[in-house]
Amino acid sequence: MSNMIEHHEIPGPEAYVDSAPVGSPWGNGSRREFLKLAAAGAASLGLTTTMSGCVIAAAGTRKLDFRDDFGILNFAYALETLESRFYAKVVASPPADLRSGELQILKDIGDHEKAHARFLKRSLQVLRVEVPMSVWPGIDFTRRQGVLTAARNFEDLGVAGYNGAGTRLRLAEFLTIAGKIVSVEARHAAVIRDLLNPNSRDFAGDDVVDANGLDRVLEPGEVLAQAQKYFAEPYRAVGL
Amino acid sequence: MPTTDFLEPKRLLPADPEIAARLARRQAEIDGGATTSASTRAGLMMGGAAIATAALAHDVFAQGGLPDIVVDVLNFALTLEHLEAEFYVRGVGTAGLIPGDMRAPFDQIRKHEVAHVAFLQGVLGSRAVAKPTFDFSGGAGSNNGPFADVFRNAQTFAAVAQTFEDTGVRAYKGQAANLMGHDDVLRAALRIHSVEARHAAQVRRMRGQKGWITGSMPGNLPDAAAASYKGESNKFQFILGQPDSNTQAQTEAFDETLTKGQVLAIVKPFIVGGM
Repeated sequence: MSNMIEHHEIPGPEAYVDSAPVGSPWGNGSRREFLKLAAAGAASLGLTTTMSGCVIAAAGTRKLDFRDDFGILNFAYALETLESRFYAKVVASPPADLRSGELQILKDIGDHEKAHARFLKRSLQVLRVEVPMSVWPGIDFTRRQGVLTAARNFEDLGVAGYNGAGTRLRLAEFLTIAGKIVSVEARHAAVIRDLLNPNSRDFAGDDVVDANGLDRVLEPGEVLAQAQKYFAEPYRAVGL
Repeated sequence: MPTTDFLEPKRLLPADPEIAARLARRQAEIDGGATTSASTRAGLMMGGAAIATAALAHDVFAQGGLPDIVVDVLNFALTLEHLEAEFYVRGVGTAGLIPGDMRAPFDQIRKHEVAHVAFLQGVLGSRAVAKPTFDFSGGAGSNNGPFADVFRNAQTFAAVAQTFEDTGVRAYKGQAANLMGHDDVLRAALRIHSVEARHAAQVRRMRGQKGWITGSMPGNLPDAAAASYKGESNKFQFILGQPDSNTQAQTEAFDETLTKGQVLAIVKPFIVGGM
C-alpha cells in the first residue's frame, strides 16, 4: 500500500472547553495554531492537506527523520504505542504471582500509555508513521519479576529518551507537551521500581540518577537501538 | 531470567559521563591555554573536586554568558531547590521524625535536592541568588502556619514534601520553553524535572496516594495545598481527538504546567519576608 486516505474527526468546541490550562501555551485558539503547525510540517514534507481534514499520507514507510519535530513525535508515538501494547498484554493475562494492588497499578499505567499514544496519533495526523507490530523477545509475561522488570526498563528508557530528545524540538508547544508526558513516565518508573524493591532508594536509584541529581539521558539513536527489537519491522532513522 | 538489552540499566559513574567528558574537554582546553575564570583555575589548582566541578560547570555552561531570561529561570529553580534541600536536610536530620520505612527514600531525595542546589549554583556562578530564610510551617515567618508540626509529625512532613515535589515538577515544566536554544541548560533542567517527578511519585505512595495526580485532587492534603493541583484536571491535550471515556486516566496521563507567578504564590508562605 503506497497511499492511504484518512478521515480525522475534529471535535467541536464542547470537547475541550473543560479547561484551557492556566499557564499552558495551549491557550484558546491552540487548535487553530496546532493545525497550522501540522499543515506547515506537512507542507515541508511535500504532503497535502485538504480543508475538510481529509489528508493524504505516504504510508508503509518506517522512516523517522530526527531533523524535525514531527520525526521526534513519531518516535515518541512508536514508544508510547509499544508501552501501551505491553501493558495491554500484561493486563489481559496477568502473572499469577502479582501481589495485592499491583494489577491496578499496571492497569493505570497502561491507561496512561494508551492516552499518550492516542494523543500523539491524533496530533500527528497526516505525518503519522504507522507503528509496526510488536514482538516481545526475552520478556517473561508469566512471572511478576519478568513483567515488572520489563516495565521498569520500558519506563526508564522512555524517561531517558524524552530527556534526550527535548533539545531537538523546535516548537515550544511540543517541548511543553513532551514535558507533560515525561514526568508521568518518571512517576511510572519510580512506582515500578518501588514495587521491585519497596521503601528503598531505587525509585530514583543511583543507577539512573547521577551525582549531580540528574536523570539518565539517551540520544534518540541509542533509544531506538534498544527498542528496535520489539518491532516486527525495523525503523530507519534519518538525521541522528 | 529474561534478558533484554536495557534490562541492565547503564550504571553511571559518580559524575555523569557526558558532563564529565565535557568538563574534561574544557579542562584540556584550559590546560592548552584557553582563557577561563580565576575561580575555575583556582578550583583546578586546589584539586578540590567539588569546587572544580562547580567552577567548571559554570565555565562550560556559561561560555559567552547566559542571557538574563535563562539566569532568571535558573535562579527561580535554585530558590525552589534551596527550599527542598533545606527541608529534607532538616527533616532527615531530626531524630525520631521519619519512620524506618521512609528513611531511605527521604534520604535519597535529600541527596538529590542538595546536589541540585550545588549544580545550579555551579552553573550560575556569581549570579546565583542567595538562599532565603524558610518557614516550613507555611507561616511566612511566624513558624505557626498550617504545617506547624512539620518537624514533629511524619505525616505532616510527608504532606509538605508531596506539595513541594508535585509543585516542583509543574514549575520546571512551565519554564522549559524559556530555555529553548540553550541546549546544555535545557537538557539539565529536563533531567532535574524527571527526578522531581520520581520523588513526587514516591512521596505520594508513602502517603497512601497513587503515584500520579488524578484530576485536580490534592490527595488528602489540607486546603492550603490546593493551589499546587489547580489545573491538573486539564483534558485539553485531547483537543485534536475525541476525549477518551476514561477521563480519570486522561488527567493522570499528563502533568500540567504552572507559571512562575503561580509557583511563587504557592511557596510564598514558606519564605520569611516573602519574595
